[in-house]
Amino acid sequence: MLNGFCAPIIAARRNGYLPVDLDALTGCLASPACLVTQTTSGFIIGMLLFLVAVGLTLIFGVLKVVNFSHGAFYMFGAYFAMTAYQLSGSFALAMFCGAAGTALLGLIFERVFMSRVYGADVLMQLLVCYAFVLIFDDVVRMVWGPEFRSMGMPAAFQVMPLFIAGGVVPPYYLLLIGVALVAAVILGLGLARTRLGKVIRAAAHNPGMVSALGINTGLIYGGVFALGGMLAGLAGALAAPVRSLTPGMGFSVLIESFIVTVIGGMGSILGALIGALLIGMIRSFGSLGFPLFTEGLMYLFMVIVLVIRPTGLFGKEVA
Amino acid sequence: MTELQAERTGEPLSVARDEARSQRSRYLDVLMALAAFGVLASLPLFFGSKALLDFVIRCSAFGLFATSLNLLVGYTGMISFGHGMFFGLGAYGFGLIMQRTGIPVPAAFVATLVITAIIATVIGAICVRLKEIYFAFVTLAFQMLIHSTILSWASLTGGDQGLRGGIPRPVFLGIDLSNHVHLYVTSCALLVTGLLLMRQIAQSPFGYTLRMIRDNANRASFIGIDVWRAKLTIFVLAALFAATGGIVMALFVSGAYPEFAYWTISGEGIFINMLGGVTTFLGPMVGTVLLLILNDTVTRLTEYYGIVLGIVILFFAIGLRKGLMDFVVEWYVQRRDGAGERG
Repeated sequence: MLNGFCAPIIAARRNGYLPVDLDALTGCLASPACLVTQTTSGFIIGMLLFLVAVGLTLIFGVLKVVNFSHGAFYMFGAYFAMTAYQLSGSFALAMFCGAAGTALLGLIFERVFMSRVYGADVLMQLLVCYAFVLIFDDVVRMVWGPEFRSMGMPAAFQVMPLFIAGGVVPPYYLLLIGVALVAAVILGLGLARTRLGKVIRAAAHNPGMVSALGINTGLIYGGVFALGGMLAGLAGALAAPVRSLTPGMGFSVLIESFIVTVIGGMGSILGALIGALLIGMIRSFGSLGFPLFTEGLMYLFMVIVLVIRPTGLFGKEVA
Repeated sequence: MTELQAERTGEPLSVARDEARSQRSRYLDVLMALAAFGVLASLPLFFGSKALLDFVIRCSAFGLFATSLNLLVGYTGMISFGHGMFFGLGAYGFGLIMQRTGIPVPAAFVATLVITAIIATVIGAICVRLKEIYFAFVTLAFQMLIHSTILSWASLTGGDQGLRGGIPRPVFLGIDLSNHVHLYVTSCALLVTGLLLMRQIAQSPFGYTLRMIRDNANRASFIGIDVWRAKLTIFVLAALFAATGGIVMALFVSGAYPEFAYWTISGEGIFINMLGGVTTFLGPMVGTVLLLILNDTVTRLTEYYGIVLGIVILFFAIGLRKGLMDFVVEWYVQRRDGAGERG
């Protein structure tokens, strides 16, 4: 899709073999068509990352553990959605299965395994998650096979793309951005305004007190983990039509979403949103200007943020 | 106040005694290292099996790496999830220097360590002031940065194909590293020397400073220790030993592959430490041997290596909550104390 509209730029880049291609970047910034295309693609990357990262940051904020196996939920979301879509042919059902399946998985994972290592040091928590990264990747390899799979674009979205200022925007991209934004708003308002949101925030602040007031914190923890897993699964399900599926696909997403939470600040939902969009734009525009060093740009950006603000852009100083 | 005075009067005596004791234990370490080297080096005389020698060489590479990681994890409480980058840097640095310049092996060895030290200082300066989980993931991010650099800088590193074409190994001081037995003895020498040096670091006053930082960094900084500098120093030192492990590995496979710099190497390093136990100096070494045996057995039996390894990790992390050597030490202490009471 991108190739068609930035073809001359990409061709020039290929001929030059340059790691840095600022002409392509400035050329794109000058052309509205390319600008729209790249911005949309940046939004797609950013919104998917946001859904994964917000779960990560939520789990960290409430449970105080970093879910190193969070990428696996993204992966399972994609695979569940693919299977549901192939069996039923319904896109809505595929999205539902991706999200609900990973929510259930998250609940079981938290109650059976993670809840046993809350008191232990960080090393134990990382190891349990590391074990599950290995196990989940192999389970996917067993069930769905080691090769690349693809879900294919649902028929409902195989329509003419929209043209905005000469740039091409597939309708599915708009749906994806819309769903992610709705999820962000529901989550933000839910945490800020509802009673349940208050309980969750209280549990994040002082679990002992919450439990003394007669609230089942185990249930809250399990629920938050399931919610985080569900958001990652939803991201995976949304990504399934536009990305290829492979065992181990979750890991690079995990690293990127961790970068997002570090940039935005651990535990901050707004931070996750801003961080994810920044990373999305860096990836999208960086792939034009620095084709070989796109990932390096993200790490570089993270390092700069960390040096200036060690707690991230929206992070609070942890006591 | 009285406590302070008591400490002050007691100081010279106890320091003198401590010094004598540490001197004695240092001689003991050297003796044990020499004995271990003697046993390892004489193995080829008794066993002709190439597989055994290969196994010991791999143990040397990963043992150096895992023990150096324990300097960070066990002694200083810095959980690095990106320590494998220095393993990869060592392998690639050494391989590239040998392929491109043709300088003698010892010079390339030193040059690789110098390069590693410079890179580790830059990365460490950014990472070491971060708190545990941030530190873990930022080191992981640097690991991925180096991995993606290796993959994308194909003209230098060979990209995902790895550094191929073999590493030239000219003879130096009568040592011919393309000879299998010579390579074996050299790896053993590097392993034993590395372990001995790391042991000295761990038992030195600096080593005890690190333990104090692990237990209470604030307190350490209140009594005038520059925590940031101490952490950075051990970060760089550990990187050097990890790079040495990488060099052994590069010599062994006569090349370098992107997997050497991939995050799973760091994950396995953490797991080796867990498996063997972080409370004893030789725990990681025991863990290395266990993991390599486990690895070789499992890969022969099934292609789903991850599931088996994952279940073993869960067993150790949730079931036992400590490493094998931790158990041995506890058992030994209990038995000794029990015998003491009876006697």
